[in-house]
Amino acid sequence: MDKAKRRTLKVLGGTLGAAAFAYAMEPLRAWAKDLTVDQFLQKHYKELTPSDMAAVLRQLEDDAKTKYGREVTIEDIRPLEGVEFGYALNLSVCIGCRKCAEACHLENNHDRSTNNSYIRVLEMEQGSFDLEKGTATYDHAVPSPGKYYLPVQCQQCDNAPCVKVCPVQATWKEKDGIVVVDYNWCIGCRYCEAACPYHARRFNWTKPEIPAEEINPNQSYLSNRVRPQGVVEKCTFCLHRTRRGQLPACLEACPTGARVFGNLLDPDSEIRWVLAHKRVFVLKEELGTRPRFFYFFDN
Amino acid sequence: MRTTTLIPFVVFACLATGACTSEGTPRYGDPPGEKTAATVVHSPPKLTSIESPTKDGLGRDVRVSCVTCHGIRDAGAGFPATAAALKEFHVGLVVQHGTLPCGSCHVSRTGGTPMLHLADGTELATEETLRLCAQCHGPKYQDYLHGSHGGMNGYWDLSRGPRLRNHCVDCHDPHMPKFPPSRPVLPPKDRFVAPTASEAHHG
Repeated sequence: MDKAKRRTLKVLGGTLGAAAFAYAMEPLRAWAKDLTVDQFLQKHYKELTPSDMAAVLRQLEDDAKTKYGREVTIEDIRPLEGVEFGYALNLSVCIGCRKCAEACHLENNHDRSTNNSYIRVLEMEQGSFDLEKGTATYDHAVPSPGKYYLPVQCQQCDNAPCVKVCPVQATWKEKDGIVVVDYNWCIGCRYCEAACPYHARRFNWTKPEIPAEEINPNQSYLSNRVRPQGVVEKCTFCLHRTRRGQLPACLEACPTGARVFGNLLDPDSEIRWVLAHKRVFVLKEELGTRPRFFYFFDN
Repeated sequence: MRTTTLIPFVVFACLATGACTSEGTPRYGDPPGEKTAATVVHSPPKLTSIESPTKDGLGRDVRVSCVTCHGIRDAGAGFPATAAALKEFHVGLVVQHGTLPCGSCHVSRTGGTPMLHLADGTELATEETLRLCAQCHGPKYQDYLHGSHGGMNGYWDLSRGPRLRNHCVDCHDPHMPKFPPSRPVLPPKDRFVAPTASEAHHG
């Protein structure tokens, strides 16, 4: 083969290679538009100093203004000393109205088009406890004869499979028992979603769309700030409310009073009374996840 | 000379314990304090009139004050056994509350508003129905007292704020206490879920 031909082939190959490489890297350019250098270099939640955190929160508030046209307050709210949260739900009085799911949808700034919510209410056959046979898409008057209703949300497990499988430690259990996600650290691999036996985690397939006037401006870093596309999210027991002493939004919305929330470390709390006086149980106990979410029926 | 040789050890100790990187901010919020805030039970509005079948010139329901009849007539001993026997006011009242006749809960006296009474004859105002319900629904009342029955709003931590609790009749119609069936809100619409029948029809 002569040298000129060889050189032509080399140049051709090189050009094709460079073009292929540029094409392969193309998505990175679109991605970089949404991400400043500071955000790319942001540390893990637990390694942020207070001044780092203040800067991050200001940046997120600015983002909410430019991307969603709404003035919001985003705070980093820490667990309370001497508090571990527990939740119980009375299945005898739940009527399956999904008001809790709706309240969650509004409180936690979920994408409007998908009706996303951290709560999935399953319509179950009376006498059955097979979660896989429950249906979440029932569309008829409730309660329906022969059925009962099982609202399922994050069970805030003490032995949480989702936390164990995360390859980057973007999700962990806080001191007050709430399992949280650092949305800025999550890489969107969805291992946690696959690991959760309660289908409690959600993935943001698209950028959440919410009209500015519907955004809940009372936000926190680890809970209800509008999540970016491509990260996993979950119920946080409304930590932006509960760590300020308020009840979670789903409890306030419940028209039958099926939900009981409180501090497990306070022996006089409502949740402790339920644990002591009702036959409470947890979902899929055999898996050893040790949930902080309890269910009971009236005697 | 001696102090300068110590510096590397001091730096190492700081790094190892993390003492130098800490900016001294609290990691945790204050624990709950004394439960000073109140738990307020919502008071149902006092009933002073009832609807009547008559409409006014604008088509609005005419309400009739209770004392119009109960101020002059004593229904006392003459309560009908069931609501179906009512001929004037309260006609069409649906009562689905076991087999209770009107007189189980109601007392009517001349010269006063209609009142309620407990099984032992103690008379109660309409705002005090909690005690009336409790005399039969003891276990429910027990649950209510311990916060595991009945809707509420406000604070779980009473050292940080108050709580507002529902009264029995905020949720239950005393004449028909069982919740009537209702349509559920917010159907799931994610990509794994087929559209509901009504959406498929419109789409």
